[in-house]
Amino acid sequence: MEGKLMFWQNIPFFCIILSMFSGIFSSILSGKAAKWLNTCVIAAVGIMSAILFWFLLQTGESYTYMMGHFPAPWGNEIRAGVLEAGIALFFSIIMFLSMAGGRKKLAREVEETKHNLYYILVNLLLSSLLALIYTNDLFTAYVFVEINTISACGLIMIRQNGRTIEAAVRYMIMSLLGSGLLLLGICMLYDLTGHLLMSNIQQAVAVIVAEGTYEIPLLVIIAIMSVGLAIKSALFPFHSWLPDAYGYSTVSSAAILSSLVSKGYIFLLIKIFYRVIGFEVICSSRIINILYIFGLAAMIFGSLSAIKENDIRRMISFSSIAQIGYIYMGIGLGTRGGMIASIFHILSHAATKSLLFISAIGLTDVSEGKRPFTFLTGAGFRHKIAGVGFTVGALSMVGIPIFSGFVSKLLFAGAALEGGRKMLPALIVLAVSTILNAIYFMKTVIRLYTPLPLDENNQAEIAGERIQYSYITAAKERGYAITICLFVLVNILLGMSSQPVVKWIETGLAVFK
Amino acid sequence: MRKVSKIRPEYVNKKGFEFSRWLDGETDPYLDKIEIRPKKEKKRPSYDDAEERKRLKEKLYDPSQNKELKIFFHLYRIMCVIFCLVLIGVLWATVSYLPPTGDADRPDNNEVSARYIEQGLQETGAVNIVTGMILDYRAFDTFGESNVLFIATITVFILLRVDKKEKDKESDLTIKEEEENDRIYEPKNDAILQKAATLLVPVILLFGIYVVLNGHLSPGGGFSGGAIMGAGLILYLNAFGFKKTERFFSWKTYKWICFLALSFYAIAKSYSFYTGANHMESGIPLGEPGAILSSGLILPLNICVGLVVACTMYAFYVMFRKGGF
Repeated sequence: MEGKLMFWQNIPFFCIILSMFSGIFSSILSGKAAKWLNTCVIAAVGIMSAILFWFLLQTGESYTYMMGHFPAPWGNEIRAGVLEAGIALFFSIIMFLSMAGGRKKLAREVEETKHNLYYILVNLLLSSLLALIYTNDLFTAYVFVEINTISACGLIMIRQNGRTIEAAVRYMIMSLLGSGLLLLGICMLYDLTGHLLMSNIQQAVAVIVAEGTYEIPLLVIIAIMSVGLAIKSALFPFHSWLPDAYGYSTVSSAAILSSLVSKGYIFLLIKIFYRVIGFEVICSSRIINILYIFGLAAMIFGSLSAIKENDIRRMISFSSIAQIGYIYMGIGLGTRGGMIASIFHILSHAATKSLLFISAIGLTDVSEGKRPFTFLTGAGFRHKIAGVGFTVGALSMVGIPIFSGFVSKLLFAGAALEGGRKMLPALIVLAVSTILNAIYFMKTVIRLYTPLPLDENNQAEIAGERIQYSYITAAKERGYAITICLFVLVNILLGMSSQPVVKWIETGLAVFK
Repeated sequence: MRKVSKIRPEYVNKKGFEFSRWLDGETDPYLDKIEIRPKKEKKRPSYDDAEERKRLKEKLYDPSQNKELKIFFHLYRIMCVIFCLVLIGVLWATVSYLPPTGDADRPDNNEVSARYIEQGLQETGAVNIVTGMILDYRAFDTFGESNVLFIATITVFILLRVDKKEKDKESDLTIKEEEENDRIYEPKNDAILQKAATLLVPVILLFGIYVVLNGHLSPGGGFSGGAIMGAGLILYLNAFGFKKTERFFSWKTYKWICFLALSFYAIAKSYSFYTGANHMESGIPLGEPGAILSSGLILPLNICVGLVVACTMYAFYVMFRKGGF
């Protein structure tokens, strides 16, 4: 509509279609070829997103892209702005690193004939995440939510043992409940406004709100859409599917699920708040307060469950619940600052949680695959890179300066100060939750760095069991070591150069409407 | 060489050397110097005794023994019912506030549907407006939707496909299983079923193909026609057994049909998205409305969707029946 497009403006479309096509193509490839295709595609998407991000930073404006020969309310449309491009870039980096870090484990835990199926799932998951980021149409969003849900379910159960199947069933039930609520919300919204395109719905909603008609349906719509996406991203009372799903699936899956899939849904929720309903309408409805309260509860109860947990991967999973709570608390504040803090925490948590999952797997590998803490004593000495990775992740989660977690906590606290009546609970819970975080993460780090005397066969008797310990050096697992180093680097970059990142989020949010 | 040996003693004293030694796992400067220690683990009571374990399990997880659990289960059920009733009530109440069905002033009676109805035929060349909508106006959504089907079959494969290597491992067990497998005793030679299938299958398949090919002219299209064809294939399989279907439909056929159909869809639509977004002419003739070869890309896309749906249905059935083609 607005004249000729520049060539780089095709990039969002290229990214989505490339990752979808590679998923289809992987179905006829062998596992090894599919692995290379997957690596190349994620890298290509990352590079293209970086180029798009660069161009958009210069113009500072967003643009719409027509999918086909028909303009927007009739045809499909996607929309790219600074925020979307940056998030896409970040997601592809994290996905690349998560896949690289878990590759060895994947080869052992998944049947060889099913490797290419795994890469199909990952490629399609990437395409659905990109589509959720770029879409400007609610129904397109729903279609890709479906792809996202099914592929996430496959990622959980591809490591076939009893626990993962059970986890996948739980995930499926809860997640489909969430999808169903979202679909109901979309249907009713279409009934009220007659549109599926985000910008048109926003105009129609503004008219509805001004006229005061349909007050109750609008409230219900906001509520069920929020609850639907909250279930899918594991907000506190709906989190029961999460610990098993993250704790027992193969490590790449756990890293991708915790750092990208749930974040994709949260990004969609933010998009619905800003671009579909309108942020003022959302703030004046009281639904946002419910998200705020659930977020606060999640921050406390997630951490308490993590303290009680005796299994390192399940502890990290429970910590995810607390961190999701932070994000919803930020959204629930209903201020610009809160939203910026939430988006920053999406990035910071994605970078940290995948690092924790990937390094935890190294630590259990040197302890005969045992996951309870008792058996992990001294694991930081036996697998040094993994130990360093875990320590960095833990420090970042607790909120130690120079790591990314500190900045997001600072932003949350700053945002809470502008929150009016919500200030005090937010600050208190933030403080309490930080202490709880410190309790369970520091407990783990201290255990990792407590020397454990071993006999000449590298064995030790712990809690009545003889454990065969082993040593892994960085030279032995070069790829893994490089991945951990890159993760740490991303984390420190986010923590040290927070100002440009925050500024980017600010400019992105300004054109997000 | 001389130079290296000269530098070596200096290097040994440097911090970098210490660091590399620590990294290689040779020394540890902090060993035995750390003061903080995790609490000592108490020796756990061992529950190796099977009877003891069973008794404990009963005590903990059996509602008839554990009173708290019993109360919890009761409460849980009551809360479930209350929750569902509340949800139903809320949604019911909401529906009554929505604009009435069939009202001319309904918000969805707007320029969007007006254009689909008034100009759909002219712009897409499809007599069937719905097909024109899903395969031309909103083709991106439909592409996503066929990928949903694709990925659903992939997940079912992950869950149910029994791979050959796995079979070989437990050869003893599998021979027995193979015998019990319904495959050996097939076809079951059910005369009624076979005669009925001989009559019905060609008709069903032809009707499915008709629905797919006429998707742009009459009600129907890829999704419904594909479902009909899939049903025909399943009927054929039930009547004549795996050996007969394997001759024309194996794992490889499935793989290639799905791949070719979806990649044709991806490439064709990428072309049209790309030209559309960059305001170029696509150069695909729409043809004369009403003719079988009309409406541009819609006919081939319908065929692709139909193939994917038929394969998906058949693959689901086969997976649930015996975990392999």
